[in-house]
Amino acid sequence: MNLKSNISDIKYFPVADSGVRMDFGKKIDRDINDSVMKIYNAVKAKPFCGVYEIIPSYCSILFIYDPLLTNYNKIVANLQRLLRSENSNNSLKSKLVYIPVCYGGDFGEDINDVANHTKISVDKIIEMHSSPEYLIYMLGFLPGFAYLGGLPPQLTTPRLKNPRTKITAGSVGIGGEQTGIYPLDSPGGWRLIGRTPIKPYDPYRDNPFLFRAGDYIKFVPITKDEYYMIEDQVKCNKYFCKSIVYGA
Amino acid sequence: MGIRVTSAGALSTIQDNGRIGFMDFGFSPSGCMDQESMIIANLLVGNNKNEGVIEITYGGFSGIFTSKSIFTITGADISPAINGKSVSTYKAIEVKEGDILTCGYAKTGLRSYLAFHSGLYLKKVMGSLSTNRMCKIGGYMGRELRAMDLLFFNTTTPTLKKIHKREIVPPVFSSEVVLRGLRGAEYSLFSDDSRRVFFNSEYTVTKDSDRMGIKLDGAVVDSKAGFDIISNGMGLGEVQITASGLPIVMGVDRQTVGGYPKIMTVASSDMHYAAQVRPNDRLCFEELSYDKLVKICNKRRKVIYNLSRLWK
Repeated sequence: MNLKSNISDIKYFPVADSGVRMDFGKKIDRDINDSVMKIYNAVKAKPFCGVYEIIPSYCSILFIYDPLLTNYNKIVANLQRLLRSENSNNSLKSKLVYIPVCYGGDFGEDINDVANHTKISVDKIIEMHSSPEYLIYMLGFLPGFAYLGGLPPQLTTPRLKNPRTKITAGSVGIGGEQTGIYPLDSPGGWRLIGRTPIKPYDPYRDNPFLFRAGDYIKFVPITKDEYYMIEDQVKCNKYFCKSIVYGA
Repeated sequence: MGIRVTSAGALSTIQDNGRIGFMDFGFSPSGCMDQESMIIANLLVGNNKNEGVIEITYGGFSGIFTSKSIFTITGADISPAINGKSVSTYKAIEVKEGDILTCGYAKTGLRSYLAFHSGLYLKKVMGSLSTNRMCKIGGYMGRELRAMDLLFFNTTTPTLKKIHKREIVPPVFSSEVVLRGLRGAEYSLFSDDSRRVFFNSEYTVTKDSDRMGIKLDGAVVDSKAGFDIISNGMGLGEVQITASGLPIVMGVDRQTVGGYPKIMTVASSDMHYAAQVRPNDRLCFEELSYDKLVKICNKRRKVIYNLSRLWK
């Protein structure tokens, strides 16, 4: 397996009698995360017997296992074998998901504040926010909440001093150097710049989650009319986000 | 039919062994806090060990059976009674249509598990019956139980072999608990002094504890690297030291990733005790070697699974 980070930097720790922590490094960087994602995609495609949770984060993976079915040593041996193997054809492939977003107006109450803070016009903010292909480092905090990497640094805007008690699901915001989508109604302190009519998380859908760690997101600006049209289609389960294999 | 809730007490939710396999999507597994008591309750009434049960917090649950059933209550002793007559916990009890179950409040322990023979007739969400209250899914309409809720059993004609033998000695829950476990992956971020403080202190369970975690008060623990580490996955029983320097033992409704350093992880066998601590109870931590930990947990698991053979 062709990892960008050094195999000798990788450390393993038992988590009581039911977990294995695999540490790849100690900072948030693309190369380390690339290694995390390679292992994550490989193990998700061909799960180890007895391992029922695989939780990737910026620079580590937590495996949770059933001690009746496997043990720490077996899992570490499997991981080491995986690292040495040449074959990565069996891994899950990352995809790029296009997320429609209606920016500003009622859907992006704070976009003018962001414009005032960054000294960038609203139109330019929309253009800059919707051009990167954002890497999903991990999901956490809320179901389907993606920690995205790639927000243009000029768009950095501090969080609200007094967080809102309720942010509507689908809201797209900027918090400090981060950007993301709120998958559920929740309290939060991010600056709201737009809203998507799609649901990153729907428990009753065949595939409850639209994307996972290692996938990429691109925001696509839409009009208010398009927003309502897509929202109706989502309600009838007739809207499907465009997604392609990443790097295709 | 099944049982109509007449009083749900402080907090009663339907839980099983959790919504497994979605933590990488940010989804907390939920499930019973005290899995051991859930398993024993299910085995006592002849169910699959991970069948859905009602997790009752503090007590105060009552209901009317709308059909015949066989039930049991494990975990904290909440003085259950049928038609006013006291019945034992940790024992399979037969009831008929119209029988009334009333429960008092636990004096020791915190959570009780009410299991019905054949389990509850409910739709699974993402593979589980567990209630996730934050996401409002699972269990009964995605929420805690309330008076007037009507639950159905999977059978109205319960039959169980050796009912009279289905009884075991209940455990005793103490207000002074030692939780054993393994040092955490971030153990190296704590100085010798800090580690000494953590393992030698007696902590008090605060009333802010819940299914997300057991919050403790007591001696402050310092971390060499401060309290902000890069977020990573959180397992059940991991003990985080937060910005205040105080420990939290991660529960079943914990967030899936966290950015505080973890000094220890509680052994799976000891989560049974962790799940039963009440506010103001005292808690200490003890570090074990990996081999000793595995031995203890395996032994415990064997004892529990051998229970089911008693009644075959």
